[in-house]
Amino acid sequence: MGFVGFVEGPLFYFSATIFVLAALWRLVGIIKIGRKKDISPPKASAAMGFVKGNLRHFWPRGIFAKRTIIHILGGYGFHLGLFALFFFGAYHIDFLNQRILGFSWPAMPRWAFLMTSGIAFAGLIILWVRRISDPVMRLISDKDDHIGSWLTFLVMLSGCFALEQAHDSLRATHMLLVDIWLVYFPFSRLMHGFTFFLSRGNSGATYGRKGINL
Amino acid sequence: MTVQVAIDKFVEKTGSKVASYLDACVRCGLCAQACQYYEATGDPRHAPVMKFKPLQQAYQASKDPFSPLWKMLGRAPKKVTEEELSEWQDLIYDSCSMCGRCTLACPMGIDIASLVWVMREGMSEVGLVPPEITKMAHAARDTGSPIGITAKKLRGILDDVSKKYDVEMHLDKPSAEVLLLDSSLDFEAYQPTLAAMAKVLNRLGVDWSFSSKGYEASNLGLFSGEESIARTMVERIAEAADDMGAKLVLAPECGHGFGSIRWEAPNLLGRELPFEVLHIVEYLARMHNEGRLKLKPESRALTYHDPCKLGRRGGVFDEPREMMRDLVTDFREMKPGGVTNWCCGGGGGVVVIESARKVQLESFKIKMDQVEKTGAEGVVMSCAFCHMTFDKSSEYYKWDKKIEDMVQMIERQMID
Repeated sequence: MGFVGFVEGPLFYFSATIFVLAALWRLVGIIKIGRKKDISPPKASAAMGFVKGNLRHFWPRGIFAKRTIIHILGGYGFHLGLFALFFFGAYHIDFLNQRILGFSWPAMPRWAFLMTSGIAFAGLIILWVRRISDPVMRLISDKDDHIGSWLTFLVMLSGCFALEQAHDSLRATHMLLVDIWLVYFPFSRLMHGFTFFLSRGNSGATYGRKGINL
Repeated sequence: MTVQVAIDKFVEKTGSKVASYLDACVRCGLCAQACQYYEATGDPRHAPVMKFKPLQQAYQASKDPFSPLWKMLGRAPKKVTEEELSEWQDLIYDSCSMCGRCTLACPMGIDIASLVWVMREGMSEVGLVPPEITKMAHAARDTGSPIGITAKKLRGILDDVSKKYDVEMHLDKPSAEVLLLDSSLDFEAYQPTLAAMAKVLNRLGVDWSFSSKGYEASNLGLFSGEESIARTMVERIAEAADDMGAKLVLAPECGHGFGSIRWEAPNLLGRELPFEVLHIVEYLARMHNEGRLKLKPESRALTYHDPCKLGRRGGVFDEPREMMRDLVTDFREMKPGGVTNWCCGGGGGVVVIESARKVQLESFKIKMDQVEKTGAEGVVMSCAFCHMTFDKSSEYYKWDKKIEDMVQMIERQMID
């Protein structure tokens, strides 16, 4: 087995297993801490509030968006771009089909892939530049924030280099970085990709039971 | 001071809800723009995200699902020091009114106000509470009121108000449908509002009474972070309502007092309460909708200030607006209004903290600007704490907008 085979095979499965188990450990661990039930008489449904809270926070409020439009655009560009690249990139679909799922779905055309990559890169760069330039973000950011940003950037960059499939070493580099990213993810702040639904939901439930229309 | 006591409290109070907030923060800093204290000062330390940093450290060191792993790898977060905790006092008390506006700007929907409450609980364990708040909270525990209005003094105040404003007051009726509460601010400084509340209820034929067992709506324990005091305050009200057989407890124009008995009391006491709780404006709006309360609108242009603890934290937005639309011919909404309305900057105890005076006054400029932009001749509110903040700040800035309590307007414009 060559290096490409190793990073796409055993190392990938190892990393993916760590990713799944550690992410589950963290999510279940948070829920398992437990909480006191709120026994104040609700005005409306907390469960509906949980759902509404999750949906409402996908869309920034105009008054806040106006002030931080660059950050918002960067955030949307990066997250939606990454989502599209991961789930609709032809190579990713092939990989998931062959290695994990056993089925596939239509991929986006190459021009769309390239355009989406550009948007995702621009978004990530904007977010990182803000992290080092905005006084608040500079004060609150730590090593984890920078590692997460750079690791994701390198995964995306190496993915672009590997796009032509011209050299196995480029593909291997991309997969090695993906494997590292998978292991890093659940132990870092990247985990917000899963934990967001708990925090949004909890606040939404509080608002919901008080009858507040978000 | 043993900093460990505070840390232990942080850990004890970190349930899965708090943990979900601490775990989800991505340090994007978007909360900053929603905070009036950050906006007023431009100081990054005032960004809401900074406020729960010690709590986050305590969580990561203990309840974080990976904390055993971090310890094993020697990567446990640095323990919060005494100096750091002391530095946080002004962030937690002087520059946070727990208004909850930052939650709306947070992409993760983190309820930072609830984290600040947990921080206050820990800080109060080690005495890191502004002296003004401690003094008032302890006076409330010991005398029944944050400014020392005992049951005996209450009787005297009610007698005086009765004579001065020609209104029948009810105290300690053996039984009554409605237990009325008020805040010491009304008992002492805003007696016309107290009188107006009594007059409206009398004219509506409501069977109501104050009780010398539990009359104080404000709950300074919820400002200081002393849960035992918060519990004592609501226990008194619950017992008074029980004794009187009241089916309804009416909270006065006091935002946090309403939240205290409506939303916090059952959780603080660990039991469901056998009575309904309404804010006085909610109740009067109900009467209005039932056709029992009719109003004659005045030909004026006024705006309404949403007290954070009543609106964003309490869920009462519609009723004050229903009343405003019948109280004046030209009701003007502030922008932003409703759920995104700016706090007056004095809530959470900020307005009584001497060291917070500068930042509170700076933050009030945002509110003044908001009111000015409506072009209204004045601003109506339904919270004595907001009223005090408006009064003190207006005096400082020599701002001439009319500041009105909604209950007083209702009483004045009520038609039989």
